[in-house]
Amino acid sequence: MATDTGTADSETLATEDGVRRRDFINIAAVSAAGAGAVITLVPLVSQMAPSKDVLAESTTEVDLTPIKPGQAIKAMFRKQPLFVRNLTAKEIAAANAVPLSDLRDPQSLEERTKDGKLNWLITMGVCTHLGCVPLGAGEGENRGEFGGYFCPCHGSQYDTAARIRKGPAPKNLEVPEYKFETDTKIVVG
Amino acid sequence: MSFPWAQHYQPKAPFMRWLDEKLPLPRLVYNAIGGGYPVPRNLNYAWNFGVLAGFCLVLQIVTGVILAMHYAPNALVAFDSTEHIMRDVNWGWLMRYAHANGASAFFVVVYLHIFRGFFYGSYKAPREMVWLLGVTIFLLMMATAFMGYVLPWGQMSFWGAKVITGLFGAIPFVGEPLQIWLLGGFAPDNAALNRFFSLHFLLPFVIAGVIILHIWALHIPGSSNPTGVEVKSESDTVPFHPYYTAKDGFGLGVFLILYCAFLFFMPNALGHPDNYIPANPMATPAHIVPEWYFWPYYAILRAFTADFFFVPAKLMGVMAMFSSILVWFFLPWLDRSPVRSGHYRPTFRKFFWVLVIDLLVLGYCGGSPAEEPFVMISQIATAYYFLHFLVIIPLVSAFERPEPLPFSITEAVLGSDKKAVLGENTTPAT
Repeated sequence: MATDTGTADSETLATEDGVRRRDFINIAAVSAAGAGAVITLVPLVSQMAPSKDVLAESTTEVDLTPIKPGQAIKAMFRKQPLFVRNLTAKEIAAANAVPLSDLRDPQSLEERTKDGKLNWLITMGVCTHLGCVPLGAGEGENRGEFGGYFCPCHGSQYDTAARIRKGPAPKNLEVPEYKFETDTKIVVG
Repeated sequence: MSFPWAQHYQPKAPFMRWLDEKLPLPRLVYNAIGGGYPVPRNLNYAWNFGVLAGFCLVLQIVTGVILAMHYAPNALVAFDSTEHIMRDVNWGWLMRYAHANGASAFFVVVYLHIFRGFFYGSYKAPREMVWLLGVTIFLLMMATAFMGYVLPWGQMSFWGAKVITGLFGAIPFVGEPLQIWLLGGFAPDNAALNRFFSLHFLLPFVIAGVIILHIWALHIPGSSNPTGVEVKSESDTVPFHPYYTAKDGFGLGVFLILYCAFLFFMPNALGHPDNYIPANPMATPAHIVPEWYFWPYYAILRAFTADFFFVPAKLMGVMAMFSSILVWFFLPWLDRSPVRSGHYRPTFRKFFWVLVIDLLVLGYCGGSPAEEPFVMISQIATAYYFLHFLVIIPLVSAFERPEPLPFSITEAVLGSDKKAVLGENTTPAT
């Protein structure tokens, strides 16, 4: 602005480097409006996050009593399949016989199960490649070359510890957070 | 902006004169796609696809708004309401088939529109902004089409949503929270379906807005043409109306014949039978494929099977898939040749056709199961795809010797630079 035609005493209010009171009001007003606009984004963005009812379903209890050694069941955890498998002694031995250096995602069966519960293998039923549901939890389904799970989409094969052994998947089947509530009941999530 | 010889809008009816003073909307239309827009006289049928794409957008909006009157975006009833449209709603089957096949038709004409641009160098100065806006429209179209395919909530809808949103999970650190935020849950469910419906309704109108910018940016330099030589004088142009409204009208007729052949005689040919099975989160279809128009990108996504330096294979695939389209944004600066049209660029022309074949190969592999030999073919074709844009195009534009250009559009059409006389070529042969 070339000349200031504001209030009569605006000249006297100007500081040495030409900053006027109006500049302060300007900056303060725009900053307040800007901060308000940014804060308004919080509800606009967070409404997209999972709602309370979705979060309320985010834990699942599974009763282990009916699962005999060698059997597996498909439960539902967070709207996705959860594989709960009771390993036989032979399957545990097969998993432990594999040297970790042979694995794409090296993890021992012990790391993937709870202490003293080596036979209870609890994993997500979600292939780590593109998210298909692998076969092998149901009775009579193809368990693949390694006796664990087999994904029909792109041929990923998992062993008896649900570790990736062959095919395009990058990682072992995910072990979700869970704990043993009693010896025969787990709480997942 | 227009050429100085452009015809001026002169309303004759008193009402139109009154309207022109208050709201010059007819004037805007006249100058945009009417007699007031001078267009090179030599446009061939490759220039029909812009208008056809505009027609497809209108078709999709009309059928889509109607479908939304009968569809319910709730995971419990979405599949049933789609079947309700097919069986119970008057003409519902026609609306749904017209919309589903309309999406394919839209992609056909847009792909042809884009490849017209590739061949004739339409992306070059002074039309870079037209090109950038066009690529933006294409990205918006892909997002819209993907979300629309989820709405019937069949098996392919569900697993397509799962695989595609799973791609975001590949992003380091923020991937998984981002994926949960996008879906509003841990897997596709009601929240995801609802927001996809909302955005699927919104995005076409965003596309319409960007199309207005696309046409606005085009009208500043005016349309390109098959010679790539800029307009020099009035004899190089004809008014858009009636010359190209008529030519586009003919193209629209041909297009509608092909479209109706699909719509009425093979409405499910481009769909997937698994999508008539209700979504089931506990069982995956044996062979997940996207719609045909996404096959080339799906092939690029799956071409990365081994970790690349420190980057995991899945992330690499995701980045390559997005880059395969983002690279188009840089095309005006990758191709440095001052000659626009492929007609006068003998080397460029050959590589153009190799790219067409490469994309067809990628498309075929993307629709096939992820097993050999398709994986290896996808890898080779993906490598060539990026080689084409990042190496071949810059090198060809540096070393190629183009053929001589005509002096003007008129010379290219008539053989000499004389002024055309109305009716001179219409004398019937005896």
